[in-house]
Amino acid sequence: MVRRVDARPTIAPPRTLSRAGRGLHRFANPGRFLRLSGALLPWIAAPGLALTAAGLVWGLFFAPADWQQGDAVRIMYVHVPAAWLASAGYLALAGCSAASLVWRHPLADLAAAEISPVGAGFTAMCLITGSLWGKPMWGAWWVWDARLTSVLVLFFLYLGHIALVRAFDEPERGYRAGAILALVGVVNLPIIKFSVDWWNTLHQPDSITLFGAPTMSLVMLWPLLLSALGYTLVFAALVLARTRAAVMERRIRALLTARARHLEILG
Amino acid sequence: MTHLPFIAAAYAVAVLLPAGYAVAALHRLRLARRRLAALDPRGAP
Repeated sequence: MVRRVDARPTIAPPRTLSRAGRGLHRFANPGRFLRLSGALLPWIAAPGLALTAAGLVWGLFFAPADWQQGDAVRIMYVHVPAAWLASAGYLALAGCSAASLVWRHPLADLAAAEISPVGAGFTAMCLITGSLWGKPMWGAWWVWDARLTSVLVLFFLYLGHIALVRAFDEPERGYRAGAILALVGVVNLPIIKFSVDWWNTLHQPDSITLFGAPTMSLVMLWPLLLSALGYTLVFAALVLARTRAAVMERRIRALLTARARHLEILG
Repeated sequence: MTHLPFIAAAYAVAVLLPAGYAVAALHRLRLARRRLAALDPRGAP
């Protein structure tokens, strides 16, 4: 008699979880995550693309040139969102790593593993566009400035996470090692943020702060905010799409393993 | 427009890099959906 094996991973939240942990575990069910993320993805991706396109066209063709930098200031509309997402992406990676270590959330592992390649890409974009901005303004592609160096360290942290997660035969060990690295690396985020205040850097100080008034003209600020919001949604859509694929791939592995075991029992 | 090659290169990177990620993600999603549908038609999203 052939017994049907249900290979779908079933995840029950441990009884000892706090309220926050139980809340997070509501979304641990892969089927529920796939349904929710499938419905959400177009609503994130489409506005993300539209806002990014609008911000870039505005910044490239309609925003005014800077009186000192000339048209090179237009690189700001791609460099600043990339820099913001390099740090914000790492914060999200650390959040997922904490959720994985503290609450053992099974989707947090997958999300962390999918955030790091996207974050590394946006950090590379920040470094490349910064270099393309630095050459005409500073006369150098690269300087060992505190801001630039700390962002380069962030890029290496992302690469380290990507390598570590995939370095073990047993995925759980890789996720755990990656989560520890991600949490240790959080110390670099305030260094990036305050490097321009703590050290005498060639890189300019922040033009936009959380509580202070922006030091740039509104005609430059609007396309920058549009571009930053658009890229943020694009980043989120990329991570969501990759996490969806990772959940499906995990289910495929579980089904194949169950089939192999089943055949072993029969044979 | 001053510094045009630098601006064009920066915008090219800013468009092509996320576009590359998007194409790769869509390809991976399509492949995973197809394989899952072949293994478990009821469970495929």
